[in-house]
Amino acid sequence: MMKTFVLSFCLLVTTFSMTFAQSAQYQTAMSKQIAQLDDPANRAPEKMQEIANTFERIAAAEKTQWLPYYYAAYCYVMNALSEKDKSKVDAIDDKAQAAIEKAESLSPKNDEIYCVKSLIATARIGVDPMTRGMQYGAEAATLLSEAGQINKDNPRVDLLQGQSLYYTPEQFGGSKEKAKEKFELALKKFATFKPASEIAPNWGEAYTKQLLSK
Amino acid sequence: MYKLYFVLLFSGLSSTVLQAQTKISGKITDKKNHPLQGVNISIKDSYDGGTSAADGTFSFTTDASGEQSVIFSLTNYQTQEQKVNLSGAVTLNIILRNDISQLKIVTISAGSIEASSEKNNTVLKPLDIVTTGGAMGDIVSALKTLPGTQQTNDREGLFVRGGTGYETQTFIDGLLVRNPFYSGLPDMPGRGRFSPFLFKGTTFSSGGYSAQYGQGLSSALVLESQDLPERSSYSLGVSPIGINGGLDELSKDKKGSFGIEADYTNLGPYLNVIKPKFEPSVNPEIIGTSANFRRKTSATGMLKFYGYSNWTHMGSIRPSFEYAGAKELFEMKNQNVYTNLSYKELLGNDWKINAGISFSTNTDRITLDTMPKNPDPLKIHNLSQLAQSRIMLTKNIGNYSALRFGGEYQYAVENAAYNDYHVNYADNYTAAFAEGDIYFTPQFVGRVGGRMEYSSKLEKMNFAPRVSLAYKLDQASQLSLAYGDYYQKPEPQYLRFKPDLGYMKATHYIASFQRVANNYTLRVEAYYKKYHHLVKTSPDTATNGTGYAKGIELFWRDRKSVKNLDYWVSYSYLDTKRNYLTYPYEVQPDFAARHTFSVVTKYYISSITTNIGLTYSFATGRPYYNPNLPVNQFMSQKTIDYNSVGLSVSYLTAIRKAFTILVLSVNNVGNFKQVYGYHYSTDAMRREAITPNIPRFIYLGMFMSFGIDRRQETIDNL
Repeated sequence: MMKTFVLSFCLLVTTFSMTFAQSAQYQTAMSKQIAQLDDPANRAPEKMQEIANTFERIAAAEKTQWLPYYYAAYCYVMNALSEKDKSKVDAIDDKAQAAIEKAESLSPKNDEIYCVKSLIATARIGVDPMTRGMQYGAEAATLLSEAGQINKDNPRVDLLQGQSLYYTPEQFGGSKEKAKEKFELALKKFATFKPASEIAPNWGEAYTKQLLSK
Repeated sequence: MYKLYFVLLFSGLSSTVLQAQTKISGKITDKKNHPLQGVNISIKDSYDGGTSAADGTFSFTTDASGEQSVIFSLTNYQTQEQKVNLSGAVTLNIILRNDISQLKIVTISAGSIEASSEKNNTVLKPLDIVTTGGAMGDIVSALKTLPGTQQTNDREGLFVRGGTGYETQTFIDGLLVRNPFYSGLPDMPGRGRFSPFLFKGTTFSSGGYSAQYGQGLSSALVLESQDLPERSSYSLGVSPIGINGGLDELSKDKKGSFGIEADYTNLGPYLNVIKPKFEPSVNPEIIGTSANFRRKTSATGMLKFYGYSNWTHMGSIRPSFEYAGAKELFEMKNQNVYTNLSYKELLGNDWKINAGISFSTNTDRITLDTMPKNPDPLKIHNLSQLAQSRIMLTKNIGNYSALRFGGEYQYAVENAAYNDYHVNYADNYTAAFAEGDIYFTPQFVGRVGGRMEYSSKLEKMNFAPRVSLAYKLDQASQLSLAYGDYYQKPEPQYLRFKPDLGYMKATHYIASFQRVANNYTLRVEAYYKKYHHLVKTSPDTATNGTGYAKGIELFWRDRKSVKNLDYWVSYSYLDTKRNYLTYPYEVQPDFAARHTFSVVTKYYISSITTNIGLTYSFATGRPYYNPNLPVNQFMSQKTIDYNSVGLSVSYLTAIRKAFTILVLSVNNVGNFKQVYGYHYSTDAMRREAITPNIPRFIYLGMFMSFGIDRRQETIDNL
């Protein structure tokens, strides 16, 4: 009896310490990569790819965490949005899509994931705005409005809605003034926004300020 | 006893603490020894790993030890796993292989030009059809800027590679359209009935097309209807010649939609200002309505209905040719109804079904009168009805290959009445087809198929074999070959009087080279087409005519060289002769020009959100029949060369919340003289040039779209 108890106890301790070690390692690794993401020096596509690769490795090792996939998708979509050669955008965007879909399967109905999905759709518009504007523009807008319904306090929703209004020509429903209102609203929300954890999405405040100053 | 556990526990912990860091480095290349950048290198189930640099090298350290798996992954390459023993520094030089499934695979392309929004790298986009200068939003007019087509603007239909307009068939979602054009007046053909906005994909095949399609000797225009709209919207269009409005409603669950549309056109006021060559007998009027319904029946299934109904009334009064001082009246009332119901679904196990039924009816009531000469005008009443059903099953085999087979049944009624004289017939037409797309490698595909048809009117069966091959030379270029037999029933006007005619037949041979890069497209195609059993009406009506067509065509499109300018150039060389209808022997027919050339330019000025489309078309003169010449000089004279410049300017703006387009469209801007041929009087003493009734048409319209913009909704709700 005693033996069994001790054995179980020991196993429990071992498992616990392992989980703890794992979790700490996960937190540390994620924090380190997110810090890299936040550093403007790392915006080169090659560097973003490297960071995305690291997130993909973490995701593959962890198996049940949505955040590494989320950040990998974020890296790819940033590359897709900054890519000058339009013929390459879809391939990069496909990588982002694949990663975000994995994130979504681990965490469905997630406003942060919807925000990245809307960015992926936005990147696709750029390839051929005349032909794709209608379809992907509507898709991006729907995703953002759904994200807003899930979490009305998410400042990134307002930031991205504002961004869309800002860059859409007035003929197609854009408006610099309304964009400004959105950015200001986003900033208010940023001021009170509390990310769910140290490593949860918390980007965009600096970018909003930058857009507002334009 | 406890001791043992503690030892075990601590040894476990200490082993991680005491681990040495092992360095793993190396270089990654592809098969051709080019370095690969961005490869993700990872130790399985750990975070450790690295990314290869521009020169393919990588280096990282890991705490892992012993037997481990290192994984190398890169998009478009096969992921590789390598077992290593981490007892010291390791160097790994890896060659990654292309992931064939990710490579662009070859598709059958000989003879066809596709406009699709779904696929990348198509030659055209659906919007190109709308923005082609001078096309006035007509699909067929826009297609006349592509290689293989003729500028036969005095006759109905699309004349392709030495074929007549009748030899081109139109299909919507796989189903044949019996009357794809508005009924017109003599020498003034009607434009296409269907708006380009209805279709998400347009494939124009100028030969060598699939066994799925039959009853077109020369060409197939395959239209694929839109799926669900992105959002609900309302539209309104106004122009001096008419008005139209419509709505498209997307259901709340986003799985269904319905739409209705109505339009009214009256050319009367326009013709009062710009006098046409021939006086209109009535104000030309068109009333049209359409309705659609689409429903996703499952994640992969879709049911679509499209119904269209149209009423047209027009006529002209021309000076009589035969009787000096008299006038010829031609007046026409047309009624057309077209319906199409289609269903597609994945059946599982790699099977797919496409099914459809369609019914259409078309009535032309024509009054012919020589005034005041003839007291009893001739009344012609033509009725054509077509009911059809079609089913096609597709089985995907392996990654790319597919087997398709299916059947079609059509019941056609062709009634004609000349005053009280009736000539009616009905035809039961059945067809079965099967074809396989066989990928020998992802870069080399063969399509082998056949089609069998039976017509109860002709009481004859035919079998048409078809073969295509396509080979991809590199990511952008491919070579294609096609061969096929094509059969078609003679036109109703001959068949109704002479029931024992056979099928007309054409055999196609096509070789083509195509290069579709991101910013430019080059296409060169050569073909030879042999005609057998064409309809002859002299000395007797029989299917014993012959002919051939051969030629070379070029297409070049460039989107990049000049900023904001997109242009394409097409050139067709056509050498064709035929002996058909009343022809005494094989000659170049009166609808065929030897050289045809088009330049289409589209220039977008973003500062004023205006798109300018300018199209220039040229064709060498066409032969015409002069009855004054001896028979050995039949069709030996040619008209003047054809020149046309079409312009369209669209200005995009917003009026309140409505997305608005203002369109100015002008055809034959330069007011060039255009002569399509000559009519001779019966005594051959007088002749008249066939020229456009309105040499230059100017159209100004405004289209507004009131979308229910969710973005706007969200903003207003805050």
